[in-house]
Amino acid sequence: MTKTSAQRLPPAATPTPEELALAQLIVTALNLDVVAAEIDPNAPLYREGLGLDSIDILEVALVISKSYGVKIRSDDENNLKIFSSLRSLSHHLQQNRTQ
Amino acid sequence: MADLPLIRNFREDGVFAYCSGKPIGTARFLQHVLYLASQLPSAAYVVNLCADRYQFSVALAAALVRRQVSLLPPNHTPDLFRRLSRSYPDAYCIVDSTVEHRPFSIFSFPKLTDTPQPPDSIPAIPAAQVAAIVLTSGSTGEPTPHPKTWGALVGSVTAEFERLGLSTKPGTSIVGTVPPQHMYGLESTVVLPMQGGLALHSGRPFYPADIASELEALPRPRGLVTTPVHLRTLICESAVLPAADFLVCATAPLSPQLAAAAEKRFAAALYEVYGCTEAGQVATRRTVKTSEWSALPGITLRKDERGTWIKGGHVSGEVLLGDVIELRGRQRFLLHGRHADLVNIAGKRTSLAHLNYHLNSIEGVRDGVFVVPQADEGEAVTRLMALVVAPGMTRSTLMKALRRRIDPAFLPRPLCFVEALPRNATSKLPREALATLVNELSTRAA
Repeated sequence: MTKTSAQRLPPAATPTPEELALAQLIVTALNLDVVAAEIDPNAPLYREGLGLDSIDILEVALVISKSYGVKIRSDDENNLKIFSSLRSLSHHLQQNRTQ
Repeated sequence: MADLPLIRNFREDGVFAYCSGKPIGTARFLQHVLYLASQLPSAAYVVNLCADRYQFSVALAAALVRRQVSLLPPNHTPDLFRRLSRSYPDAYCIVDSTVEHRPFSIFSFPKLTDTPQPPDSIPAIPAAQVAAIVLTSGSTGEPTPHPKTWGALVGSVTAEFERLGLSTKPGTSIVGTVPPQHMYGLESTVVLPMQGGLALHSGRPFYPADIASELEALPRPRGLVTTPVHLRTLICESAVLPAADFLVCATAPLSPQLAAAAEKRFAAALYEVYGCTEAGQVATRRTVKTSEWSALPGITLRKDERGTWIKGGHVSGEVLLGDVIELRGRQRFLLHGRHADLVNIAGKRTSLAHLNYHLNSIEGVRDGVFVVPQADEGEAVTRLMALVVAPGMTRSTLMKALRRRIDPAFLPRPLCFVEALPRNATSKLPREALATLVNELSTRAA
């Protein structure tokens, strides 16, 4: 993320170690052009924010299933909420992880 | 030209669709179609944005009955809708979910209750009637319209029905992971069930766990119509997959390894379909058996200096294919990838000319170019890269402007700001000079 675009976002919260690990997993899986530690844990994952699209979300679901043993379902009531930010996704994984 | 029935090959008590696990019979479907047809506003064109596959089908059929042409857009960007509304000023949009404001009048899909008595006969649609206009992004900003007559759609799926051997599997149901607005989704998940007497599934499951459970919930025989992207995640993620009776995969070539894994895990034959929006379905192959594609009945191929042409069968006129093809006879061939200007990402296609046009139309961009990076082996999706000269612009402003104009699948990753593009004296971008710059940028990033 460039300095200029970071200035447009609200001040970034500090990621927890779990959030940082998840961010690193996502950046590696999607070959993203950003530094994991610079992802604002509260910024949206979709579109504006990290800029992921549905193909990315499918890829993220796959690495999550492999690394955390959590299978994402679209009828999870809070699916939209889960993917709303790195923080909410990380929270969901910590609650449901089996590995 | 003759009339062709809206639906055929169904048994008297046949199931037309499964909606949230509940079967809907053909008589009920026809009731829904006639009810909706009586409610639709008068217009020549209707943009069908229904996401639920059953509601999409009812809307498509009701439009056919009313002799309205369904417009099927490739994406939902504000720029595309603005352009569509200019080309089809009297069109309205039929939707089944809340949508942001569009430049069209909105008709919300109604609740289907208290419908009139079922019709005595199945509506007949003139074969020459334009049923749908499938839109693709053209080489400029304007979308390219591909009109499809009812006869051409029916011909295409009839050939598919025979090739897949579905006449021996009456009452088969189908789960699709592709949108019905896409040519492949329209043919294989909507018109194929309508004409083959198959039951369609109203959903569009997305995550592997959803696809597996939706498929498992359907009675056998059952089939899955999907893409390499979904197939790969299914095979990688799910330990146990439900048995199927056939698999259909299209949008990008599948590796023989993945095809073999899919056949084994689903205990079903996998057929790949090769087609394009211009011609519909062209050929199929059983990927575990052969790398050669076999043209659908009646279709023949020929080559000249411009490329490979197909004609015959359900194809109207002669169509130039956008792929590099090696002929192995008049009806058999090998595929060797897309022509240089064409881009296909996860089944969405466009041209570099179209993307470059939009990039350079953004205020503040002095020069810019999209580049297709070298693809890795396998089914992982390769994204585009863009080089841009835009002093004073921020990445987020530029990405926001692009997002309004192009499909998210084609957004550049990475987007590289450069001081200048290596244009030559005639202001062309020599391929080698561009490749050198791309290499330098990639090395620097790594």
